[in-house]
Amino acid sequence: MSAAELAAGGHADARDIEVDAKAIFGFWVYLMTDCVLFAGLFATYAVLRDNTFGGPAGYQIFNMPEVLVETLVLLMSSFTYGLGVLAARGNREAQVLGWFAATFVLGLVFLSIEVPDFHSLVTQGNSWTRSGFLSAYFTLVGTHGLHITIGLLWMAVLVVRVRRTGLTRGNVRRLTLLSLFWHFLDLVWIFIFTIVYLMGAARV
Amino acid sequence: MKMPMFAWSVLCSMFLAMFAFPILTVTLALLFLDRAIGTHFFTAAGGGNVMMYVNLIWAWGHPEVYILVLPAFGIYSEVVATFSRKPLFGYASMVAALVAITILAFSVWVHHFFTMGAGADVNGFFGIMTMIIAVPTGVKIFNWLATMFRGRIELAAPMYWFMGFVGLFTIGGVAGVMLAMPAIDFQLHNGLFLVAHFHTMLVSGVLFGDFAGLIYWFPKVCGFRLNERLLKYSFWCWFIGFIVVLVPLYILGFMGATRRLDHYAASTGWQPLFIVSGLGSLIIAAGLGLLILQIGVSIRQRAATRDVDGDPWNGRTLEWTTTSPPPVYNFATIPVVHGRDPFWAAKQQGAAPSETRVFSDVHMPKNTPVGMFVGGLAFVVGFTLIWHIYWLTILAVLGLLITAAIRTTSTDDSEYTIPAAEVARLESARQVEFA
Amino acid sequence: MSDHAGPSILPAEMRSASLRGYIFGFAGSIVLTVAAYLLVIGHASTNGGLLPALVLLAMVQFAVQLVFFLHLNTRTQQRWRLHMLGAMVIVVLILVIGSLWIMGNLNARMTPAQKQQYMSAQGGL
Repeated sequence: MSAAELAAGGHADARDIEVDAKAIFGFWVYLMTDCVLFAGLFATYAVLRDNTFGGPAGYQIFNMPEVLVETLVLLMSSFTYGLGVLAARGNREAQVLGWFAATFVLGLVFLSIEVPDFHSLVTQGNSWTRSGFLSAYFTLVGTHGLHITIGLLWMAVLVVRVRRTGLTRGNVRRLTLLSLFWHFLDLVWIFIFTIVYLMGAARV
Repeated sequence: MKMPMFAWSVLCSMFLAMFAFPILTVTLALLFLDRAIGTHFFTAAGGGNVMMYVNLIWAWGHPEVYILVLPAFGIYSEVVATFSRKPLFGYASMVAALVAITILAFSVWVHHFFTMGAGADVNGFFGIMTMIIAVPTGVKIFNWLATMFRGRIELAAPMYWFMGFVGLFTIGGVAGVMLAMPAIDFQLHNGLFLVAHFHTMLVSGVLFGDFAGLIYWFPKVCGFRLNERLLKYSFWCWFIGFIVVLVPLYILGFMGATRRLDHYAASTGWQPLFIVSGLGSLIIAAGLGLLILQIGVSIRQRAATRDVDGDPWNGRTLEWTTTSPPPVYNFATIPVVHGRDPFWAAKQQGAAPSETRVFSDVHMPKNTPVGMFVGGLAFVVGFTLIWHIYWLTILAVLGLLITAAIRTTSTDDSEYTIPAAEVARLESARQVEFA
Repeated sequence: MSDHAGPSILPAEMRSASLRGYIFGFAGSIVLTVAAYLLVIGHASTNGGLLPALVLLAMVQFAVQLVFFLHLNTRTQQRWRLHMLGAMVIVVLILVIGSLWIMGNLNARMTPAQKQQYMSAQGGL
């Protein structure tokens, strides 16, 4: 896509607007159903929270400073993604790719804190088989981590796409959908942070 | 408020499906984890809570039965109005009833396990909500009857299934309201009374409704009508057979017969009732046989029963203005709708069929095999997860990811256009055919 | 379908995206996160107000991110996103609060014999 074509621009025709609106609304509805899925996991966690079966409770295994870092990293990744969206609006392809790369790295940092943390819990004998509480903890937080992983895969595919075909209308729609997904993961994390970690550490 | 009732009912049903199925996904995933990797969600030992499975599965399971029945309600609304030659009575309240059922469907699930140890406050709340949800359904029954009142009834085959539904479903529904009272449910839970209740709802509600819909819309899809005589014989076998099956089951349930037993002591004296019920199932089998026979007969006779004008039932709604089957784009120009039952209104006013119309390009979706691949691969995932064939699960999941990635390369190219001139040509050919 | 990239190819829903919005959302989320964190780490005695405070901070951050990151507002062309969110919230509240109420009720109403069995299966809660 040449700079000349980009400069010539073109107003969005009605069909494109319609397609974008449908795609965004449809994806939003999917996100709402994913929220219900997480709600099921939260309900299970809430019910099994005290079923420690002689094993450790939350406050005994949570590394709170680490959790705070994870949270800030995720928040920052939402911010960098937003900057990428703004760059897309301004047609600055190189900046878009740059901000995506930053978001990707931050996502990897998040996983690089969470996964070794899970691993160490497992090696010290506190895996998901230890108790109902730990089953629920690993499944809830692990499902969020799985969503993050899929988001990163999607991000990688989109980066390749944008580098190949540029900031086409379709690609901008796609990165809008990914932005919804990525921010939604941040939203879910607020509740994990509060309900699992903060309430666990405070024993409320 | 001009949308056809079937469209409303499917909209509400899909709304329920969207929000209920994630609960099922979670529940089955947790059960799988318990079985496969040793988690303790639902185990008796290890800190699990078995009742959480019951709680979650019914939190999905109750919305599920409304997902099943709402489209059938929509079919009945279409069928009753068409074959009474009257507008559906109380359209607005019918829509409101659908919406009320949809919302309330999420608030009743404990009635599936009243006897499992909850207190009077929990049971009482869910019992009351269950009784409340019967009200909008009752509104619908009354509205269908009021639609028939002073109509010019034509007892075509689809209408037979409605007539069979309306009485049976009301009886089954009243049985449900009885079961909604926890005190009564303690006597009747997991007995044959419960079994009779939900089979009444599912067979006379969902199955009869789906039969009616299939018969009603078959000509539109395939271009010829089904054999009315055989369909009616089949209906009588189903209807009478089902009553013969059910009545003994209700009685046995009252007398305390438990479900899911293969043997009852002879001293109960229940055997004659079971035999009668069994005979009823043979009558239903005859009805099913006639239904299947009818498929072959109808196909053989299709030249004689061809649907020539697209309107075999003297219908009220817009699908009957298209050919049978319709062209690939359904409507060449988007119809402008000024009220409910627009086709009926046009027929009353004697609207001229051949107005000059301005055609524009039609954007059609391209065919794609992606859905079939996703369905097939998802089946493999589900099957292999149950039978612990995990290497194949991983392959199938990879296949799903690859399919998704490939699909995204074609989403910018997923439509084709039928030029206006081609649309005009197809439409004029159709006019000739109708003349 | 036209595929030109132009100055305003961003879908309509994203038009309300702005640098100020993202900065405010980011800063606001950090403040709310750190506040909640400090409340938990810093609080020495058992304070009955901690739980409501945490819930409130989470709700506010939820709203901040919905508005500034997900661009959910009543101005946008598609109000339906807001409706679907409302529907989802209702379903989630029913599911979570209902499950907690029901399961709590069941646990509280165990007979001594059941409690004994449950406790030994729990390995001593």
